[in-house]
Formats: sequence, structure tokens, C-alpha cells
Amino acid sequence: MKVLIIGAGIIGAACARTMSRRGIDVTILERGSAVGATSSAGEGNLLLSDKAPGPELALATYSLDLWRRLPAALADEIGNFTSIEFEAKGGLVVATSAEESAGLAQLAEAQRGAGVEARLLSVDETLELEPDVTPSMIAAVHYPQDAQVQPTIATEALLASARAAGARVLVDTLVTGSRRDASGRVVGLTTNRGDFDADHVVVAAGPWSGEVATRLGGTLDVGPRKGWLLVTTPMAHRIAHKVYDANYVGAVQSDGGERQFATVLESTAAGTVLIGSSRENVGFDADADVAAWGAIAARAVRLMPALRDAAIMRAYCGFRPFSRDHLPVIGADRDVAGLWYAAGHEGAGIGLAPGTAELLTALLLGAPTDIPAEPFSSLRPSLARAA
Amino acid sequence: MTPDVLVIGAGPAGLAAARAASRVGATVALLDASDYVGGQYWRHLPASRAALDQSVLHHDWSSFLALRDEIEGDPRCDVVTSAHVVAIDGDGVHVLIGASDGRDRERRVYRAAAVVLATGAFDRALPVPGWDLPGVFTAGGAQALAKGERVAVGERVVVAGTGPFLLPVAASLGQAGSRVVGVFEASPASRLLRHWLARPWEFGATPDKVGELARYAWGQLRERVPYHVGQAVTAIHGDDHVTSVTVSTLDSSWRPLARGSRTIEVDAVCLGHGFTPRLELAIAAGSRLSAQRFVEVDADQRTSATPYFAAGEITGIGGVDLALAEGAIAGHVAARGRADDLELRHARHARHALVRFATRIDAAHAIGSNWSTWLTPATIVCRCEDVTFGDLLRVSRQSRATGLRSLKLLSRAGLGPCQGRVCGRSVEALLEVRAPGGHLTGGSTMDRRPISTPVRLGELATWTTPEVRKP
Ligand SMILES: Cc1cc2nc3c(=O)[nH]c(=O)nc-3n(C[C@H](O)[C@H](O)[C@H](O)COP(=O)(O)OP(=O)(O)OC[C@H]3O[C@@H](n4cnc5c(N)ncnc54)[C@H](O)[C@@H]3O)c2cc1C
Repeated sequence: MKVLIIGAGIIGAACARTMSRRGIDVTILERGSAVGATSSAGEGNLLLSDKAPGPELALATYSLDLWRRLPAALADEIGNFTSIEFEAKGGLVVATSAEESAGLAQLAEAQRGAGVEARLLSVDETLELEPDVTPSMIAAVHYPQDAQVQPTIATEALLASARAAGARVLVDTLVTGSRRDASGRVVGLTTNRGDFDADHVVVAAGPWSGEVATRLGGTLDVGPRKGWLLVTTPMAHRIAHKVYDANYVGAVQSDGGERQFATVLESTAAGTVLIGSSRENVGFDADADVAAWGAIAARAVRLMPALRDAAIMRAYCGFRPFSRDHLPVIGADRDVAGLWYAAGHEGAGIGLAPGTAELLTALLLGAPTDIPAEPFSSLRPSLARAA
Repeated sequence: MTPDVLVIGAGPAGLAAARAASRVGATVALLDASDYVGGQYWRHLPASRAALDQSVLHHDWSSFLALRDEIEGDPRCDVVTSAHVVAIDGDGVHVLIGASDGRDRERRVYRAAAVVLATGAFDRALPVPGWDLPGVFTAGGAQALAKGERVAVGERVVVAGTGPFLLPVAASLGQAGSRVVGVFEASPASRLLRHWLARPWEFGATPDKVGELARYAWGQLRERVPYHVGQAVTAIHGDDHVTSVTVSTLDSSWRPLARGSRTIEVDAVCLGHGFTPRLELAIAAGSRLSAQRFVEVDADQRTSATPYFAAGEITGIGGVDLALAEGAIAGHVAARGRADDLELRHARHARHALVRFATRIDAAHAIGSNWSTWLTPATIVCRCEDVTFGDLLRVSRQSRATGLRSLKLLSRAGLGPCQGRVCGRSVEALLEVRAPGGHLTGGSTMDRRPISTPVRLGELATWTTPEVRKP
């Protein structure tokens, strides 16, 4: 079986690895460089904490389990590659108002019902785990399962593993259209570097997936949702956990009509602290935006006043692949045979990548899936276009 | 803050732009991050500490004084030193005023009718085994110590690299009390002759240039500083400080030849391999860059992004006279001066001759394609993150990555506090030739830095504006 994957971000890379290791002949077509877009413009949080019970949490739990096994698996597959910096450091969600605190407790309760470890902490317990959290906090929940990776390195490692299993990664290759047979089935792609044949085509083009689907004659509503991050200079001071403010959950689930901010703080292996982030649907505009940085900084200082003197040396933005119901599309196009999607993971594509790859590979091969795939189908009712 | 013309950078180009803009009646704000105007070129001691006659250190000191005095005495021109431009966005030019590592500095947003970017360049040094030892300086850094602090970097010093800049650096070191035991120009004699001596009539149009160079050449002879061409410092030795260097004879691609290498005992080394333009603000403004990675400008020094102009080294490395001419044009046009102005015509005429001259110097001192042959796997290439040449080779081979972002994150080169300002161009060049296909893809470079100078989180936290943007 011959599969063409469009896009060498983490989703395309994870699909390529899984498929090529099941004996599928895989070629990735990437218009720029591998990992040159969203997958190198965000953080590498692998979170359960921000997800309410439902299909996304199921996919996240499934994926997290796969992530835990990846470092050892990759060591077998590609030897001593640069570390992907997988670290199960746990997350700490901090509420600073009574309202947030009530919402957080409720969410944690529901998550526990779905099998997530979520422990409600007092102020003292919280400060013991993370002494620099603002003493004006009201409550916190500790999520020991939350983890992180270095997403760019992880994607390159997945690609290296796919290559070792026979996959090809063609960079500087822009997909311009599809080739069809008489029945309308997709049998290949046209690119700036000639035509390619395939039995199946997978769109894993991140926030450009909607655009690419249209170009191929399919239907997919996935577009960009911009986010800024700030990076400090390397600091001696380490934040032991990933620390979020409780409205993070609300922002993640929001509809994106207006600009949202939610604080995420984490130390990286290199000693820098990543400070996130904003969310807004403004197209692919990457111009600097001091007001957005200011808002991110103000919230971060509120959550962790000790960071006030940290020096910010860099700001960068990326475009989360936004799907209107906040769920990725993993499965076939609703009309066009041979056309598949693995797209729309929004702010969780790093976390959800391994599970996405497993699901899509099973669907392609007509094999049973480990978790239900229907919630991610392009035919689900929540994607039906509102007038 | 709404001056007619905002000028960023108070080196020769920025000073000339501010003067030209003010002369045609515009209100001007002139910003510079350092404590004094003058830029890299006219770096000097603060008046309180000036012991010697500055004109000994600066042969064109009087033109600087005239320019500075006119601007500082000009009621239409607001000169703001210690002004750090943090970012440029759709709202304006965001500036912090105070010490570079200060906290709670004053914040200003400039929204000017026109902006002249004159952010200059910083000097570049190619990596050399041992260049991370104490006692190794960039040529510009050593000159700044000599001119600005009157500090000699060592007793026995070599200056190595490429470009006419090496000569004034050697002269400054001599004046500060060092003994310069050799100046090593990597470019081979054949190339120097071809470009320097071709079309000699062009020199006629640039009398200042010729005078300047003649003065340096004479100064070198008088001081008996041996000037060698086609040679380079290819290794620097010492345990906890420089004690000696290996000097090698190079072929035309800068590959060391087997014969002709020797060791020289020194206690300081100055390396200079041209300049890297400071592009981040121009990029943030949306200005297009040329293939050679300078800011593209039209005949009026206008960039592709309205209302931004650019002058001086960010449009091409051309020296002080060209910077003055470009600044004068940019300031005049930015302030909407008359097109038939006499001074404007003089400046255009000077620029025309000087650009051709600069192009030739550039060609004469182009960096050889095989300089990396003098590296060893243990040579540090990124000093912030301690990344070696061997690390670059390993990640490139293992990942087969062609994207700069991947290669940076895999190796950590360029991710430290200098954000690739020091190592960026060299790291890119080293990775480029090793990438599968022989080039990097995706078009990203280390020049894009939306935050152009570090800012404290607490300072940034006061920069909030409404969280919901109006449609
Ligand atoms: C600020 C920010 C923070 C984030 N934090 C996290 C986090 O902590 N945890 C987490 O899990 N996720 C996070 N994310 C989300 C995550 O980064 C994305 O969900 C994920 O990277 C999407 O991967 P992708 O492979 O779908 O897209 P991409 O990485 O964008 O890859 C798509 C690729 O397709 C290519 N392409 C597009 N069109 C074409 C074409 N016509 N032909 C050929 N190639 C094409 C593109 O060049 C690109 O390389 C964050 C995102 C942002 C912006």
C-alpha cells in the first residue's frame, strides 16, 4: 500500500512512523522544511489536566501512554538520537478566585471519574510543591500524569524512525492538487516537483489543512488560531512542575471569537522558562504584537511574582490548527475516496500525535482501533455547518 | 511621542539623518541604546574622563563634533540615549529608557510619521579552535576597549581576519599601548589586487576614502606592523589564557596549506571577519531583505515597508562616508524635504561613488568557502550554549534535517542569550553545506527576533492594552 502524507509536522511524522512500521510505503511531501511550522512554534505539553471527560481526553490518555513508551522504542529504532526530553513532571493548576476554584474542583472530580489522577491541594500543600506560586492563590489541583517533550526534537526523531523504516521525506515540495481516477477516487498528487501516485492521501497540513483539503476537492474546516509565547534567558531557578492558571481550561475550550489569555509556565531542560500563551483567530498574521506579550506577562507575574525580574529574550508565535468543535478530524473525507485527514488538533497536537497515528493507521488498514474513532470522524454532527 | 521623524541609531548614518531631517524643518527624535551618540565608529570616552585629545584616536573627530554639536543644540531634535527599542509592531516603536539591565525603566511608544532605521552592524568573528580562551577579542570589541576605555587588550597582540577594518583596529591597539606583532589578512594577494586596483579612476571620486586608507597604510609602516595577506590565525593556544597562535598560509578558498604554518607567542588575539547587519528592527517593520541579507532600499533610502527608511550598515557594509551620505538622503526625504535640494544632490552623488567602492571592498574581502577546514570537532561554535562543531556535524548527520529551527533545537546553537547574534551566520553557513541537498530549506534565518533586546517580565507586564482587540 502506497500512502502520501502532506505535511512534516508532528502529526505527519507520527503517522509516517506508525504506517511505515506496519509495512506501508510512505512518502511525506512537505512544502518547506520538516518541523518548520506549528510543531516547532509551541510548547510540548502532554496534558490530561486541561481536558474534560470525553473523546479528547480518551485520545489524550491513549496518546500519553504511547508517549511514555516512545523514548525506549525510539532508542531501539534510531539509536542515540538527541533526547526528546520526555519528562513526566506533573502539572499544577492554580485557581486565584473563588469562582475558578469551584470550577476547578468540579472539573477535577469529573476527571477522576474518567481515570485521571487529580488531587486537590491546599494552599500550603501547593506552596510546598511549588514555592513561588502566588500566596494569594485559593486552591490548586495536582495532575501527576501531565508530561512534556521537546516537540521539535520529538518530531525529528519520529521522522528519523520513519526513514529508518523506509519512509521518504521530501522537503521543498508543495502539494498543488490531486489526481483522480474515473470514479473520482484520489490516486495521487500534483506538486511543484512533479506528480506522485498513491493508494491513499493523508492531509496532515496543520492549520493549512482546510486550505489543502479544498485544493484537493475535499471538505475540512480547519484554520489557524494564533498563539504567542515568551522565553526567558536561561535561569538558575527551576519551576519543578508545569504551572497553569485555572482559566487555562476555559480558554482552551473557548470558541475563539475574541482574544484569550491563559498562563502556562514551565522550565525547559535548557534552563529557560516558557511563558504562554495567547489564543486568537486572526488568520496567519505573524507580526509582532506588544499588547499580547504584555497581557501574557501580566498574568504570568500574577501567578508567579518571583518571575518579575526574569529577562525575556524571545517571543514567538504559531498557529494552532483550529477545528470548530475543538476536536481533531481523524478519518476519511466525507465524499472523496482515498482522501484522509489527521488535522485540527489545535493546542494539543503534540500530546495527541501518537494516538492519532495509531487510529488513522488502523482505519487505513481496515483494522480495529484501540479506542473509538467515530468521535473524530469528518461526519460527526458537531461539524455540520451552521447556517 | 509623535515626532515627524524618528531615527533609531545615533552612529554616523543616524546622526546624518537627524541633521538632514531637522534642517528641512522636521521635529526629530534620535534614539540610541548607548549612553552617548557616535555609534561604533565614533566611540569615545565620556567628557568627564577624556584625558587625551580625542582627535588622536579619531582622525575625523572634528566632523563628529560638528555633527554632534549641531544636533545636540537643535531645539527640534530630541536626542534620547540609553533608549532600548524593544519591538516594532502595528502600534508603533516600543522603547525602554534606562540601563540595559535595569528594571522599571521608562516606557515610551513612538508613533512617528516616518522612521529612519540606522541600527548599524556588529563585527563578526569566525570560530577558530581556541577562540573561547580569555585574551581573544573581536576586532571591534578590542577597538572599543582601546577607543572607549583606553584599555589595551594585551602586550603582544595579533589582529587576524579580513577587511580594511583590521588596519584601524591595529592602529587603535598601538595607540592604547599594545605591540601589534602582526596583522593577518586572509584574502589572497591576487584577489586584493584584482578588486582594489581595478578601475583606479573610481578612487578619484572618493578622495576621503583614499586619504583614510593611505593614512592607515602609512601608520602601519611607521609603526612597523607586519601586514600579511593570504594568512590566518587557524588555532589559538593556551590553558587558561592565550599564550600563542598558529598562523597558516591559506589557499584562495581559505583552506590552510600544508606548508607555511608557524607559531607566534602572544597574549591577545583580535579576530575580525567583516560585519553582520543588525536587522531585527527592519524585519519587524516588515522591510524586505536582499539576497545578500541587507535591507533593500530605493534611491531615496525607502524600505519596502512604509514609512520606514534605512541608512548605513544595515543596507550594506560601506563605511562611515557612505553611512553619512545615506543618512543625509534618508533624513531629508523622510522629512519631506525638497527634491531639488543642493545638499541632497551632493549626498546622492557621494553615495553613488561610495557604493561602487564598497562593492569592490566586499569582493576583495569575501569570506572563503573553506574556512571551516580549520575547525576541529571540539571547536566551540556557539559560545552561549557551548555547542561544538562536532555537535553540528552529529545532529546534521543523525537527523538529516534541512530546517534551521530543527537544527537549532537539536544542537542548541543560537538559542542562548545572544540569540545567534554572535554565532548565527557562521552556524548557518556550517549547517548549510552539510544539509542533504546542500542547502537549508524553509527560508528561516536567525535574523528574525521580534524582541530585539531583553526586557524584564515585570516591565512587559505593564504594557497591557485591552485584551479584546476591536474588530
Ligand atoms: C503557542 C502554541 C503553543 C502550543 N502548545 C502546545 C502544547 O503545549 N502541547 C501540545 O500538544 N500542543 C501544543 N500546541 C499545538 C501543536 O503545536 C499543534 O497542534 C501541532 O504542532 C500541529 O501539528 P501538525 O503536524 O498538525 O501541523 P504543523 O506542524 O503545522 O505541520 C503541517 C505541515 O504541513 C505543511 N504544509 C502545509 N500546506 C502544505 C502543502 N500544500 N504542501 C506541502 N506541505 C504543506 C506545512 O509546511 C507544515 O510543515 C501549541 C501551539 C501553539 C501555536
